[in-house]
Amino acid sequence: MLPTETLQAEITRALGDEIIELSESLGELCLHVRRTRIAEILRILRDDTALALTQLMDLCGVDYPERPERFDVVYHLLSLRHNARLRVKIQTDEVTPVPSVTAIYGAAGWFEREAWDMFGIAFADHPDLRRILTDYGFEGHPLRKDFPLSGFVEVRYDDTQKRVVYEPVKLPQEFRAFDFESPWDGMTKVMLHGDEKATGG
Amino acid sequence: MNALSMNKITPCLMPNASSTAESATRTLPFTVNLGPQHPAAHGVLRMILEMDGEIVERADPHIGLLHRGTEKLIEHKTYTQAIPYFDRLDYVSPMCQEHAFALAVEKLLGLEVPLRGQYIRVLFAELTRILNHILNITTFAIDLGAVTPALWGFEEREILMEFYERVSGARMHANYFRPGGVARDLPQGLLEDIATWAQKFPKFLADIETLVTGNRIFRQRTVDIGIVTKEQAIDWGFSGPMLRASGVAWDLRKSQPYDVYDRMDFDIPTGKTGDCFARYLVRVEEMRQSLRIIHQCLKDMPEGPVMTDNRKVAPPERAEMKTSMEALIHHFKLYTEGYHVPAGETYTVVEAPKGEFGVYLVADGSNKPYRCKIRPPAFAHLQASDAMFKGHLLADAVAIIGTLDIVFGEIDR
Repeated sequence: MLPTETLQAEITRALGDEIIELSESLGELCLHVRRTRIAEILRILRDDTALALTQLMDLCGVDYPERPERFDVVYHLLSLRHNARLRVKIQTDEVTPVPSVTAIYGAAGWFEREAWDMFGIAFADHPDLRRILTDYGFEGHPLRKDFPLSGFVEVRYDDTQKRVVYEPVKLPQEFRAFDFESPWDGMTKVMLHGDEKATGG
Repeated sequence: MNALSMNKITPCLMPNASSTAESATRTLPFTVNLGPQHPAAHGVLRMILEMDGEIVERADPHIGLLHRGTEKLIEHKTYTQAIPYFDRLDYVSPMCQEHAFALAVEKLLGLEVPLRGQYIRVLFAELTRILNHILNITTFAIDLGAVTPALWGFEEREILMEFYERVSGARMHANYFRPGGVARDLPQGLLEDIATWAQKFPKFLADIETLVTGNRIFRQRTVDIGIVTKEQAIDWGFSGPMLRASGVAWDLRKSQPYDVYDRMDFDIPTGKTGDCFARYLVRVEEMRQSLRIIHQCLKDMPEGPVMTDNRKVAPPERAEMKTSMEALIHHFKLYTEGYHVPAGETYTVVEAPKGEFGVYLVADGSNKPYRCKIRPPAFAHLQASDAMFKGHLLADAVAIIGTLDIVFGEIDR
């Protein structure tokens, strides 16, 4: 694989002050940019011969409800020529649309539909922004953190009406969230006499 | 009477009023619903096809009929509990997907996998590839009217699934690869039996090829059907055999090797034409290359542990728990609270039989993934079906679906 330092230098050269943050962790490069500029930036990343990130492998949303701009939109790019990967991130909220990149990467169409379906992230100028994975007539965006795991609607076949009916979810027993996470920090975050020798402090 | 309104329901030839009688017939577009219950749809695919006579003008795949909310469920489960969901994505190549998740968690935890564990994982990943390609090739032949290859192929698959069963206890949903290695060591005699099978397998492959590869009908149905150029394949995010059949020599096992793939000697087959026939040939040749890797794994399989000895991730031995208090506590904590993964994120990929299978894992330091995006290869492949179908006959569309190698467990998640 191309060394991340080389890729980092090339991205800095190609994008200049478009970069909000360019960081490396676990050997993976992550680039933060402004939402409004995403289409232009991806076009540069694709067409610059020193980068040639010609494949969009993945596009997805991540929800951080405590932030004012709660969604991350994450693009995973791959360069076949240089054997390099790059993650590009932008932020948005529920109402602000993100420029669609379908004109740049043919693969983006369904991935953007999925992000719309799962998170309610709107993409401007998308040719066909319909739901993709959920049921016809589904309401809500299931991968948002405030959407309950059990959902709101359940489906069954009603023998008297001879058709499938939709009803509010009825749980025969209360939903059990198995949270085994220990409230105790145990002895891991306590400094006892002599511990400073072990940490070298 | 208005003939047009009638013709919305049934396609028929009608005279064009504005021209002379000779030049005069035209067909009206007609919409066909294919699936979701159709044997050639490879699962629950619903296609809305806009037809011009026999020619497909536009295809609109409706997916999601098998959507189970896997990503949402994984957010509510510990890391250990998440692994079985990966078996149930692409249920004809379960272990390759466990592999991606295990590698992602290992990357975040900074775990080293013992060498024997890595060899076992590569061995079973390649068995899985053969398992997948047999299914794809033989069901593809069914789509084109040949039933015998499937009967032969499923017999062979059953042998491979028996190997699955012997290591994990389950024929398909193995839950065998774990972060840190594999769940348990190979049972006695398994390597010898795999070696015996590996001796016989080339014969099986040759038999299938005599049935299919040279078959006149098969060639008429596949050659020059659904051609994808190099540029298109890259633009549409293709990976795996779909990309290689279009002439791009790209294989993650070579270019970004994981586990012990960098020690393996194998070739990357590529296609020249990018049509259905090339994709078939690439898959057949990949099985031969997988067999080479399997032979190397069997030859070089080292002794030693199969799971990391980090007791904060891997459970202790059963015998140890009978005497050691520490071991008992570790076991209890691992199977209730689970291990905590330090905050961070990774996009980890494996070369699954269908292409690049990626896991984008965001950890927040707790015992559950904050977000686990699964990147199924066939999702991108099916997306391109609209462009691939255009201008083909309806029967060719079925051939193209067969060659896309789609399984709805992973597309719908």
